[in-house]
Amino acid sequence: MGMTMTQKILANAAGLESVSAGDLIMANLSLVLGNDITSPVAIKEFDKLGLKSVFDNTKIALVPDHFTPNKDIKSAEQCMAVRNFAGEQDIVNYFEVGEVGIEHALLPEKGLVVAGDVVIGADSHTCTYGALGAFSTGVGSTDMAAGMAIGKAWFKVPEAIKFNLTGKLNEYVSGKDLILHIIGMIGVDGALYKSMEFVGEGVHSLTMDDRFTVANMAIEAGAKNGIFEVDDKTREYMKAHSKKEWKEFSADNDAEYAKVIDIDLSTVPHTVAFPHLPENARTPENWGDVKIDQVVIGSCTNGRLSDLQNAAKILKGKKVKKGIRVLVFPATQRIYLEALKDGTLSTLVEAGCVISAPTCGPCLGGHMGILAAGERCVSTTNRNFLGRMGHVKSEVYLASPEVAAASAITGKITAPEEVM
Amino acid sequence: MKANGKVIKYGDNIDTDVIIPARYLNTSEPAELAKHCMEDIDKDFVNNHSTGDIMVGGANFGCGSSREHAPIAIKASGISCVIAKDFARIFYRNSINIGLPILECKEASEDIKAGDSVEVDFDSGVIKNITTGKEYRAVAFPPFMQEIINKGGLVEYIKSNK
Repeated sequence: MGMTMTQKILANAAGLESVSAGDLIMANLSLVLGNDITSPVAIKEFDKLGLKSVFDNTKIALVPDHFTPNKDIKSAEQCMAVRNFAGEQDIVNYFEVGEVGIEHALLPEKGLVVAGDVVIGADSHTCTYGALGAFSTGVGSTDMAAGMAIGKAWFKVPEAIKFNLTGKLNEYVSGKDLILHIIGMIGVDGALYKSMEFVGEGVHSLTMDDRFTVANMAIEAGAKNGIFEVDDKTREYMKAHSKKEWKEFSADNDAEYAKVIDIDLSTVPHTVAFPHLPENARTPENWGDVKIDQVVIGSCTNGRLSDLQNAAKILKGKKVKKGIRVLVFPATQRIYLEALKDGTLSTLVEAGCVISAPTCGPCLGGHMGILAAGERCVSTTNRNFLGRMGHVKSEVYLASPEVAAASAITGKITAPEEVM
Repeated sequence: MKANGKVIKYGDNIDTDVIIPARYLNTSEPAELAKHCMEDIDKDFVNNHSTGDIMVGGANFGCGSSREHAPIAIKASGISCVIAKDFARIFYRNSINIGLPILECKEASEDIKAGDSVEVDFDSGVIKNITTGKEYRAVAFPPFMQEIINKGGLVEYIKSNK
């Protein structure tokens, strides 16, 4: 029987001829990732193993991005624990404030992940790297500790849902609309324990940034990973960012899928996920009149250069509605610099947005943009769970950068066409 | 190994943000995390439950973030076992890895009511509702995972296989 893309990568990393859904395998890891929330717990567990050193100091990435720049004394101490561990173990890919960016934007940009890799990260959005044709998945701190110790992790080989993409997204519609549309269709457990594999000629029309956004939110459908077929755009991206050798895998023609879903990209509408689950996807005719207090543009989902540029296109020459707070978070220092040089940041500041240092802060209600009771935020982040961005009586509406920018102008959830 | 306790019942899609809100993630101290466990959906949980109680949820329990702080908070609260229709995969791994017993059982998840007295036998996977007398059988762990559980978690498992 044929294998899916994910199954082929896992078989290769486990040194096996072939694997089938349900097999338990031990796979070699290309990279192990942790952040300032999950690494301190992993370091404690690692210490219990009584080992002198990690399996490979070049294959571990420590990215303190959640509560940095340090939001309080306890967070500062957590970051210090990570910094000290990185120093003791001579971890090559430790990123201090000034170099740090949001992990899932930073790692591809630094060329640390390429096609064919197997990556675990103690962060649920580690599935982002599937955009590059890698197998990557979120785990907890103990798995991260074990990964740092032995360079291997166990996996139950997943079955997959195939998304066959055709056509092209319409103007002002982007990867975020596509993934919210899909989660609305299959639900927050629609891909539980499974891979989401994106193939078809429609893939070629999606930018790399769109693909990162889509793969990033595979976890919001419960998926183990999301993965895209490698094409010329992927190769171009990897050549520009990485010195690592990559390996391309595509599914066998006779691979079995739990489900095949065809999507014509030209039919994907603007989509906003209403509180309190990403599956509460609504299209413009069902948005109603939702007045907002805050807009967040950024995160591992939508803090990349094209996300900021797309928001700026809509806000250019216009003003944020008085009383609305618009917070923009370039995901990495490089994105920040590029957006600075090409005028994107000036456009956003002139419109009345505030620009922050790269951090995950507001997405998880950590810092830099917490909501009070009764407040509503349109956010380009990935979760709108109860209390996610602050008070338990606040509300988060998940949207694309384009919809977020348009909403900033009107003060209510708005489609880009209405302000252009 | 057996667990025995009163049931605390929740619905579908209990996410890790309500199990332990991110505002408390500036620490990883289990006792500190337990003080805030479930507070955004059930502020009485911390005061009203007893050690040994059993948590029963619906579908996709533990969805969301990879924070191991979530099963740690539940375990440190004294909950002896979580039963759900199914679990989000990272939460499932994390629970096994830190030694929080969890069982998947659709019928038990649907039938068992808050306040019922329930007994769980982890070796056989049998869940017995003492209040109603009804018995259920949970999905058994694959042998590989059983070994991790028997060793007391992933760290001990790796130590013994070094």
